[in-house]
Amino acid sequence: MNLETPKKFQMLVDQAQQVALNFLRPISRKYDKAEHSYPKELDMLASLLDGMNDGAPESAGASTAGKRGAQANEGIRNGSNMSTALGIIEMCYGDTGLLLSMPRQGLGNSAIAAVANDEQLERFMGKWAAMAITEPGTGSDSANIRTSATRDGDDFILNGEKIYVTSGERADCVVVWATLDRNLGRAAIKSFVVEKGTPGMTVTRLEHKLGIKASDTAAINFTDCRVPVANLLGNPEIDVGKGFAGVMETFDNTRPLVAAMAVGCAKASLERTKELLKDYLDPNYSTLPLNASNVVATVTRMEAEWEAARLLTLKAAWMADNKQPNSKEASIAKAKAGRVGNEITLKCVELCASVGYGEDELLEKWARDSKILDIFEGTQQIQQLIIARRLLGKSSSELK
Amino acid sequence: MNSNQIQGMGLGMLSRFAQSSWPDRFGIRKPFERLLYSGSKAGFQLAGVAARQFSKGSSLDKTQRLPSAPKGLFDLSLTEEQQMMRETLQRFARDVLRPAAHQSDHDAVFPDSIRTQSLELGLNFYAVPEALGGMAAEQSVVTNMLAAEDLGYGDFSLAASILAPMGVANALTRWGSKVQQEVYLPAFASETPPQACIAVMEAEPLFNPFLLSTTALHTGNEYVISGEKSLVIHGATAELLLVAALLDGKPAVFIVRGGSEGLSFREEQGMGLKAAQTVTMHLDNVIGEKLGEDDFDYTTFLDLSALAWCALALGTSQSVLDYVIPYCNERVAFGEPISHRQSVAFIIADMAIELESMRMMVWRAAALAEAGKPFHREAYLARLLCAEKTMKIGTDGVQLLGGHGFTKEHPVERWYRDLRAVGVMHGGLHL
Repeated sequence: MNLETPKKFQMLVDQAQQVALNFLRPISRKYDKAEHSYPKELDMLASLLDGMNDGAPESAGASTAGKRGAQANEGIRNGSNMSTALGIIEMCYGDTGLLLSMPRQGLGNSAIAAVANDEQLERFMGKWAAMAITEPGTGSDSANIRTSATRDGDDFILNGEKIYVTSGERADCVVVWATLDRNLGRAAIKSFVVEKGTPGMTVTRLEHKLGIKASDTAAINFTDCRVPVANLLGNPEIDVGKGFAGVMETFDNTRPLVAAMAVGCAKASLERTKELLKDYLDPNYSTLPLNASNVVATVTRMEAEWEAARLLTLKAAWMADNKQPNSKEASIAKAKAGRVGNEITLKCVELCASVGYGEDELLEKWARDSKILDIFEGTQQIQQLIIARRLLGKSSSELK
Repeated sequence: MNSNQIQGMGLGMLSRFAQSSWPDRFGIRKPFERLLYSGSKAGFQLAGVAARQFSKGSSLDKTQRLPSAPKGLFDLSLTEEQQMMRETLQRFARDVLRPAAHQSDHDAVFPDSIRTQSLELGLNFYAVPEALGGMAAEQSVVTNMLAAEDLGYGDFSLAASILAPMGVANALTRWGSKVQQEVYLPAFASETPPQACIAVMEAEPLFNPFLLSTTALHTGNEYVISGEKSLVIHGATAELLLVAALLDGKPAVFIVRGGSEGLSFREEQGMGLKAAQTVTMHLDNVIGEKLGEDDFDYTTFLDLSALAWCALALGTSQSVLDYVIPYCNERVAFGEPISHRQSVAFIIADMAIELESMRMMVWRAAALAEAGKPFHREAYLARLLCAEKTMKIGTDGVQLLGGHGFTKEHPVERWYRDLRAVGVMHGGLHL
């Protein structure tokens, strides 16, 4: 048993941290202010990351996370799920909004990596893929989406409206969830890769947001948008027995990554707060909580919660790397990291008073950024539902 | 009966004496008689049991320190040996401890039968190095932690009772000098290991284990200890004690033999931990030996104790979760199982989330300790998190059962009382 970061990923962690501190932090405030303008600095960084990814089979990145562990039975592995989670933690320690804007590192890339066939993997390689699930009337209730896909010869015709598409304007393509037949419920929901510029696909709006302003969040309209049949990801059959499993599989892989974002964002707040409060803290953990000052007790408690969230995230990633079913653990990691990350970033603002609240520091920004991490890829409450249903053995019609 | 009279008696006889007296006292009395009895017992009494004769049994070439195995990858998997041990202990917890838990709590007694059956598990042999007749070849903090988790699933107090002597053996193996190991450890690698416990707590609000009232004076070759210890697990029947005291203003730990002159006990029952038969122990110029040599570290000693309590909390918290799930699925209100309500289901989800949080923190600290790396920060944070989350799980366990949870018809109220100890206890156990 060992829960330390493996040595073989230490260099990756160090590099990502250097990028975070020297590349992302200096432009953090700039793009927080300049919402909707593209952080052009990221192009160079993305190329660098691509180079790193190509060079190393177990490198970090959205397109490598989600791949299940190696086929051969070769004992315990620390693979791309873990390295990606570790990389994301450090990048979000730099800036969560900028990480989300990183070319070719979209959640759509994770979806493609998780469920695409070989031909699709080849065809979409190197493309930046956004993810479009939410609709105006359908938030967490993703089984109820209305965007339709109707077969017409070698194409599907998509009709509907998607909102909250991260990098929806900047990405090369969008992975769109649509239903083949609304009467058949979840089983009929499939995902389609729609390339930018496809006639009938229009970005109608960019959201103005509380946080992660560096990341563009688009509303996209699909009107008779023709997509080749070959762009359907996964199994084209409607398997009512299997239900939602196909598209939901993506979440098992992406939720630990969003948990990693929350861990990284909170790490930034916690570390900066500890620097600012260094004269009041107990760096050697020599005072027990019962005997500690309020500030020491508050900070150590946050640290404990943060470590727990981090370890749960690594656990979920480790299970994926070792081909263990991790649906419950992915939700546990996401739920814990989402709420703890938000609590920590907000508490850090409070502890640092006007220094925390003011824009001279980034603490107030991190507190705004962290909120989305307890919402997207399944809100806190959706994670609780998933976990509870599993524990209690309840269906979604019983435990609603 | 004083200690000198008992010293000559054979261990088997002593053991039978100690084992039979408690059920006799408690088992057949009506509640009011018991109250009278407790009242009359409030004063300090001499030890009911005297010290076993500890004498140098084995000779060592050098002080025994168990080596650490190197570790590379992040790995949550258990060894085959650990999995086998867990299966055995989980069965023991389910079939032996859980059925005895209610009555033991009610009687505030650690039943002889449970002690006898727990000895059959042979856990004590794993606390003693091979060179002294035990079976420990390398550091096994993780295995000890898993054992505590599994026993804690059966019952918190019974598990603490079983593990208290093991804690003393673990501490002697980790910290003891060559001579101390030769004298005290062989007895733990026998079919009848001594009753033993670690006494750190003192009756002081905001108790700080680094600021002790109990003091030790170094006179000649001996240390003379005076003070009062609180919540000492099976203190009255302990044949060997490790007592924390200030020496020249700094905390240290002393080996004290049961039945030593100047030792007296007063029954001190707590909110929970009933079967652990906790006592207040008074030390009036009691002679002891200072545990260990230069490599003794009081903070690490306390950390390994804290992790043991955290591990018990993992097991007991898991039992709360496993209990409320079928209950909430079967309990019907407003026409359907209450588990169909989010307000109920989310509490259960949170229990699972926080239990897994606790587990990762405790496992990590134990793994670091086993690897011989610094683990104070991790143990500190694990204890902090466990103290809060396990109590939340404990109180939610009662809440989910409503009025039923408040009665003794269900174990959740016992878990509630026991789990409060996690944030309170220092010492007592040692991984």
